[in-house]
Amino acid sequence: MEVVLFYIAASIALTTSILVITRTTASHALIYLIVSLLAVAVIFYLLGAPFAAALEVVIYAGAIMVLFLFVVMMLNLGPSQVAQERRWLEPRMWIGPSILTLILFFEMVYILAGTPALTSGVAVSAKEVGERLFTTYLLGVELAGFLLLAALVGSYHLGRRYMRARREEIG
Amino acid sequence: MEVGFIMILPLVVGAMLGALVLVWWERRLLGFLQDRLGPNRLGPFGVGQMVADLIKLITKHDWVPPFADRLVFTLAPVAIVAAMLMGFAIVPFAPGWHIIDLNIGLLFFLAMTSLAVYGVLLAGLASNNKYSLLGGLRAAAQMVTYEVFMGLSIMGVVILTGSFNMSEIVRAQEDLWFFIPQVLGFVVFLIAGIAEAHRAPFDLPEAEHELVAGFHTEYSGMKFALVMVGEYLSVILTSAIIVTLFFGGWLGPDFLPPIIWFSLKTGLFICFFVLLRAAIPRPRYDQLMSLGWKILLPITLVNLLVTGAVVLLAKG
Repeated sequence: MEVVLFYIAASIALTTSILVITRTTASHALIYLIVSLLAVAVIFYLLGAPFAAALEVVIYAGAIMVLFLFVVMMLNLGPSQVAQERRWLEPRMWIGPSILTLILFFEMVYILAGTPALTSGVAVSAKEVGERLFTTYLLGVELAGFLLLAALVGSYHLGRRYMRARREEIG
Repeated sequence: MEVGFIMILPLVVGAMLGALVLVWWERRLLGFLQDRLGPNRLGPFGVGQMVADLIKLITKHDWVPPFADRLVFTLAPVAIVAAMLMGFAIVPFAPGWHIIDLNIGLLFFLAMTSLAVYGVLLAGLASNNKYSLLGGLRAAAQMVTYEVFMGLSIMGVVILTGSFNMSEIVRAQEDLWFFIPQVLGFVVFLIAGIAEAHRAPFDLPEAEHELVAGFHTEYSGMKFALVMVGEYLSVILTSAIIVTLFFGGWLGPDFLPPIIWFSLKTGLFICFFVLLRAAIPRPRYDQLMSLGWKILLPITLVNLLVTGAVVLLAKG
């Protein structure tokens, strides 16, 4: 049963990922990307990581993709952009990347064919994830914290400069 | 007692009917609060108004603007309603009365509210209208912002319970309802819940005196009805979640069955939502944002810190 569910979710994830890169309208590509992330969340759940699955939906699909869509809305790309995308996505553009990806794909199949299943199928609770994050992977958590703090300070600074310039402009 | 999946159909029908009744009840209550009558022509107390509204919306011309992105325009209202209905799956109405007793229940609710943003956003984008686009942009910024506090404010409850499971959260409140130790969390969650449901006073995405009707300007007929149903569903869902997290869910004195206690408490919060709409004017957009980041965020962080410290000290 779980195997069937896995293959359904995996094929949805693959199809939507391909559709993401072949769409010419940015908003349509983003919708497919969201569906792809949801499919990946289902796969996480099936592999026994419910917490990761929930975070995948809340953070990736729910927050980051909203910001992507936000930018798409701000730029408000018109038909001219679609035409440009269409020019860039000519069939001959696909030849090089496709061949390289195929080589990698066969290499991956060759490696994976020899190894047994990668997961134990045991569900990992949210508590275990939290304990690991603050013991084994504490350094990673702190580094991510630094990065977020830098982003916060940076955006604060940008906002301030903008506001000051505006105030001088007004009077 | 496990009810599980047979509850899906009654729950969907019940939630939709609830949203329909709420349309009438809100107008009636608003009328009472503003010292006027509200709908009062059809049937006793104007109850027939909701049927009349429904018939009107069904028979209206279902128009898709020629400049709109047709497919996305049609699917966006469906996405709003679907995400909200999915959220009901983890609400425990009485002991064992839930569709699924998920061990990440609370996270599932947060996931569904964050997916509901897309309905609003895509509706605004697909309409291809400047007012809709502005409404959608506002909705995106507002909902992403308030999602942060919504998630953080309920972490105090999770610390006290030690679980994301909704039934366990209710059972942990048998001695003391969480709104007493988590009063800050409750206040922030309530405000964030209103902002997430983009209800008045935080209905800036559809502020009618600046943006016509915001993200649903171009919607008519049944698509418009779906957008409205989504809004009322989110009011019901937010009330139900507030009751579950902070007011002991189905718990109450024995003379009434648990499901009645749950419905009564939820009903009370729905009325509170309506009262807010009648009482408070809409803030300006930058006021909304600075309220969020400058007041609510520090409050939730302090709440989280204090709760964590107290729980650690109590453990010894």
